[in-house]
Amino acid sequence: MKEEIVIAGFGGQGVLSMGKILAYAGLMDNLEVTWMPSYGPEQRGGTANVTVILSDSPISSPVLDTYDTAVVLNQQSLDKFEPKVKPGGTLIYDPSGIHRLPERSDITVVSVDAMTAAIELKNSKTYNMILLGALLKKRPVVEIDAVLRGLKKTLPERHHHLIPLNEQALRKGMELA
Amino acid sequence: MKGNEAIAHAVIRYGADGYFGYPITPQSEVLETLSELRPWETTGMVVLQAESEVAAINMVYGGASTGKAVMTSSSSPGVSLKQEGISYLAASELPALILNVMRGGPGLGTIQPSQSDYFQATKGGGHGDYHLIVLAPSTVQEMADFVGLGFDLAFKYRTPSLILADGIVGQMMEKVVLPPQRPRRSEEEVRRQCPWAATGRGTRKHRNVITSLELDSAKMEENNHRFQATYRRIEENEVRFQEYYTDDAEYLIVAFGSVARICLKAIEDAREKGIRIGLLRPITLWPFPYKEISRLAGQVKGVLTVELNAGQMVEDVRLAVEGRVPVTHYGRMGGIVPNPGEVLEALHRDFNVEL
Repeated sequence: MKEEIVIAGFGGQGVLSMGKILAYAGLMDNLEVTWMPSYGPEQRGGTANVTVILSDSPISSPVLDTYDTAVVLNQQSLDKFEPKVKPGGTLIYDPSGIHRLPERSDITVVSVDAMTAAIELKNSKTYNMILLGALLKKRPVVEIDAVLRGLKKTLPERHHHLIPLNEQALRKGMELA
Repeated sequence: MKGNEAIAHAVIRYGADGYFGYPITPQSEVLETLSELRPWETTGMVVLQAESEVAAINMVYGGASTGKAVMTSSSSPGVSLKQEGISYLAASELPALILNVMRGGPGLGTIQPSQSDYFQATKGGGHGDYHLIVLAPSTVQEMADFVGLGFDLAFKYRTPSLILADGIVGQMMEKVVLPPQRPRRSEEEVRRQCPWAATGRGTRKHRNVITSLELDSAKMEENNHRFQATYRRIEENEVRFQEYYTDDAEYLIVAFGSVARICLKAIEDAREKGIRIGLLRPITLWPFPYKEISRLAGQVKGVLTVELNAGQMVEDVRLAVEGRVPVTHYGRMGGIVPNPGEVLEALHRDFNVEL
């Protein structure tokens, strides 16, 4: 098993932390993982993307030409990564802020209105977890349980009360996909 | 964890005595993680943010003079500032560990990954005839492992070691197994291990003086001969490298650090199409694996060097190959990282390898 994933959007959308949570979940499942960020100096507003590789054998390059799965959260990222999804791969996008829809027919394209769902959950910070839920529905590379164990391990104790909300967001995302 | 964080954990676990640094992207997590881990409360290790890179390297000089295991870290522009201190460390035969997480230069450049400090690291970035032991990690695990290796070699040969990493290994997260916690050495152990150190005269008949100044030319030449003898011993014993798929290789790629992994992926893709390419990854950039590349040059039709610079290590590869087969270079600069596909295109461009 080897899953090569790119997550791309604006800084501040939770792109890097979504990748991090996915990578930790992989660790929990005893997979080899790499998390490779690519971003500018700004924390908010600039474009951000992260490559996450989960594999049951050692990983060579953290830098890739093509991906099994792309999660894109703005137009620039869609334009950049749609051509880089491997044939048969998966493209997940959030339709808010997208004016040109994906065009490829040789990949699975999934629209997930995560922003609306996050507003329904009354916490916009659940945005990336909803998308992660959608990703795991389409590409079940790790169990939800591994994600939650990963969160428990990496979140400071004072934030542990937020884990149920995160689980809710993950399941919401799975429904939407 | 990130490569930079692995460095911080590893230096505490080595039982080091001090870290002196000044923040700069893309390695600020080293100082940040050390500050978070607060080793001064557990092992007693000192962590200090100095007022500048120059101050930090001179604090390293001071700590190393007393036989302590001390390190500093920075990124390219900051490492340039440290060069005077590094030359003094080498000239005073002091063990120390330096980390450079390279970013795109010259000048202040970018904050993205680069390997353009190869010349500075391997050919003596400061003045005078000296070398550093230069280790090039390609994984987060190696970031952790090379802290211990770097210190061990520095103390064994009484010369500074440099970990030459790039922004990718510094910033990426991977699985890592940290070394066990070692206790810091006692004053008595330091005195025993470093009889040359300025630890107080005690019962010694003479005073230990740490200096790089020697106004008597004859003595200074003698010192230089001694340094060179040490470097020859290091060249003899400490060359480290890793080979991948070289047994049947028709073409060879030479690359170090994270770029070696990008090349490995390119090679795996090419092998699926039946194209036999091998990789040699120097782990020590100084001493450089000349002999091993020379041996492989007798077997392959061409050698491609891939680096995040305009062509630096390629000069050492050419020295090793001695003109027997063509040696070419593919590089990206300024913080741009090539993907595996570009590496294969370069092989096609230079050697007409059909892909």
